[in-house]
Amino acid sequence: MKASPEGVLTGAHYLDGDHACAEGALAAGCRFFAGYPITPSTEIAERIARRFPKVGGVFIQMEDEMASMAAILGAAWGGVKAMTCTSGPGFSLMMENIGLGIMMEVPCVVANVQRGGPSTGLPTMVGQQDMMQARWGSHGDYGIIALSPNSPQECFNRTIQAFNLSEKYRVPVLVMMDECVGHMTEKVVIPEPDEIEVVPRRLSPLPPGEYLPYAANGDKVPDMVTAGEGYRIHTTGLTHDERGYPVMTAEAQDKLVRRLRAKIDDNAGKIHDYECKRLDEADVVVVSYGITSRVARAAIDAALDDGLRVGEIRLITVWPFPSGLIRDLAARTKAFVVPEINLGQIVLEVERAAAGGARTISVTHAGGWVHDPQTIYHAIREGLRGNGAPRKPARKPRKEKQP
Amino acid sequence: MEPFLRMDRFPHIWCPGCGIGTVVTCFADALKKGAFDLDRVAVVSGIGCSGRVAGYIKLDSFHTTHGRPIPFATGLHLSNRKLKVVVISGDGDLIAIGGNHFIHAARRNVDLTVICINNFNYAMTGGQVGPGTPVSALSTTTPFGNFEHPFNLPALAASSGAVYVARWTSLHVRRLTNSILEALTKPGFTFVEVIAPCPTLYTRRNKLGTSIEVLGSYRDNCEIRHGADPSTVDITFGGKIVIGKFVDVAGKPTFLESLDAAMQRALGKEYGLGKDYYMRSAGQRALVDREARHD
Ligand code: SF4
Repeated sequence: MKASPEGVLTGAHYLDGDHACAEGALAAGCRFFAGYPITPSTEIAERIARRFPKVGGVFIQMEDEMASMAAILGAAWGGVKAMTCTSGPGFSLMMENIGLGIMMEVPCVVANVQRGGPSTGLPTMVGQQDMMQARWGSHGDYGIIALSPNSPQECFNRTIQAFNLSEKYRVPVLVMMDECVGHMTEKVVIPEPDEIEVVPRRLSPLPPGEYLPYAANGDKVPDMVTAGEGYRIHTTGLTHDERGYPVMTAEAQDKLVRRLRAKIDDNAGKIHDYECKRLDEADVVVVSYGITSRVARAAIDAALDDGLRVGEIRLITVWPFPSGLIRDLAARTKAFVVPEINLGQIVLEVERAAAGGARTISVTHAGGWVHDPQTIYHAIREGLRGNGAPRKPARKPRKEKQP
Repeated sequence: MEPFLRMDRFPHIWCPGCGIGTVVTCFADALKKGAFDLDRVAVVSGIGCSGRVAGYIKLDSFHTTHGRPIPFATGLHLSNRKLKVVVISGDGDLIAIGGNHFIHAARRNVDLTVICINNFNYAMTGGQVGPGTPVSALSTTTPFGNFEHPFNLPALAASSGAVYVARWTSLHVRRLTNSILEALTKPGFTFVEVIAPCPTLYTRRNKLGTSIEVLGSYRDNCEIRHGADPSTVDITFGGKIVIGKFVDVAGKPTFLESLDAAMQRALGKEYGLGKDYYMRSAGQRALVDREARHD
C-alpha cells in the first residue's frame, strides 16, 4: 500500500541524516516514538517530537533506554508502528528488550547512530563498532535484520525499508547509521506519498477463537492482532507454543528458536539489498557499508585510474549477511578488501563466506574519524597479489626486551 | 471466574497457600463489579512468581522482561487509548529492577493501575532479599538477617506522584477488591500494594508459620488507617502493618490529558489528535474496520 499523506513532507530538502531518518519514519507510518537522549542520535528524537503532534503520533521521552525499547514493543501491540533511536551505550541497554521483541515477534525499528566505543568512548565522533552487537547483542539464538545507510537520502529511504521489513517479518529492524551519516547534511528528496510503498501490519483475518498468535504461515511468520480487539491473546518472553503459552521443553524450544532463525535465514534472498559494481571482471572487491563506502570511493577511483580491476559491494542489508554473494565471488576473485571503522567485524563474515577461496584484507580504524583513503588504496594493491602471496607484516614484530 | 481465567493453562505454577492467587481472584472480582469490557482491558506483568499473573488471566496479557512491565504498559496505553492497562507484578520486579520506571510513570501520571504483590522476597529465584524485605528477616542472601532499609512502597508511590495509593493484604479480600476497583476506575497512575504470603520461601524460613497462620497474623497485626501519611507506614519485621487507602488525589491531569492540553494550546486545530491518523498511517485499514464493528 501507499504512504498516508499527512506524514510525508514531499519535496527537496536540505537535511542531515538524523532528520532524514525521522522523516523516513513519519513517511513509513510510524506514530509512536519512545526515546532517551544520546549523542549523536538525539536529533531524530527532536524532529519527531516536533513533527508528531500534527500527525497524530505520540512522542515520549522515557527515563532510559530499557524503558524506551519496552515502550515501543507495547505500542506495537497497541496497533501502531513504533520506533526508538539511540547510540552505542543506549544500544547495549536496549538489547534486553530487543530480545523480547524478537521472542514476541514485534514489528518495530531501532536506529543506532554509531559512535566510537567501547563504553562512553567518543560520543560525538564516528564509529562502526556495533555491527556485531547488532547481530548478536541480545542473548540467545535468533535472526535479525540490520540496514546500513550511507547518506541522508538513504537514512530516509532505509528507515522506510526498515519499517517495511519489520512488518513483513515481525522482527525488530535495526538501522545502523553512524555519526558521519547522521550529522552530514545533503539534499534529500522526499517523493509524493503515492510513490512511497509501505507494508501494513499483517493482521490476521481469523476471528477470535480461531486465531493462534504464533501459528506460522508458509513463510514462517505468524499473523498479528492488536490488543483490545477481543482476541485476548497471551504473549511472553518465555519459550512458547502456537497459543503463546509457555512450554518449558527442549522440543518447544527447538521448534520456536529454529523458526525465529528460519524466518530470516530462509527469506534472506528477499531481504538482501546491496549495490554491486564491476564484479564480473574484478581482481579485488572492496566490501564496505555506511560512511566508509563513501570514503572508499576515493581509493577505488584512484585504483581504477591506475587500470586496476576493482569491484565494489556496498552492503545495505548487513544482517542477514549475503554470504552467497561473497562465496560465489571468492571463486573468481583474488581478494576482498574490507574497510570499516572498527578493528574488524564484518570482515569476519566476509572471511567466513569466502572460506579461503580468496584473500580477505581487513582495513581497520578504531573510530573518531574516517579512513585515510590511502590505506584502502594500499590494501587494494596488496589484494592483487591474491592467495598464496605471503602477507607482508605491517611492521616488524618487536623483540621482547629481556628484563 | 472462568471468563477471567485461561482454564486451559491450569493447574497453575503457584504453591499451595501462596497469596498471589488471592490477588488474581480479587482482580477478577473487581473487573466483574466494575462491569468492564474485558476485550478492552490488558494486563502486563514482569518476571517472578507474581509476574506469572499475566499468563493466567484471560485478557490481552503480556508477560514481559524483568522490571519492564510499566514502560511496556506505557507504550501499550499511549498507542491505544481505548485500552485499560493494568500492571500486576512483584516487589522485586516493580521496585528494584523496575524502580526507575515505577517512579517515572507515577511522576508522569500515566493512566495505569499498578498492583504490586509484595511477598518480601524474590520467590521465583529461591527466596533472596528484596527491596521490601523488612530489616532482620532471613533470606537466602541475608542468611544472618537483612540489614538494609527496605522501601516503603506507598511512600515511594505517593512522593513520586501517584494519584491513588492503597495497601492491603491477601486476607482483606473484600477491601482489596473494592480498592482495585477504585484504582481501575480512577484516571491516572493508581497504585495498590498487596502484602501476600510466600509460604514456600519467606514465611517458613522466617518461622512465621503456615499460610493460614500468616493470614491470622495479618488479622492481628494490621491496622486500617485510611488517609495515613504514607511516610509513616513503614513495615518492620513482626511489627504492625498499616493498611488502607492513603492517597486519593482528585483532578490531577493524566499524562495524555496534559499532552493533549499542551499541544492544543500550542498548535490549536493543527494538533492531529482525534483524527485517528495513527491507525490510517500504520496502514491498518483492517484495524479501523474492526474498531468500527466493535463500537
Ligand atoms: S515461591 Fe512463594 S511466591 Fe512463588 S508461588 Fe510459591 S509461595 Fe508463591
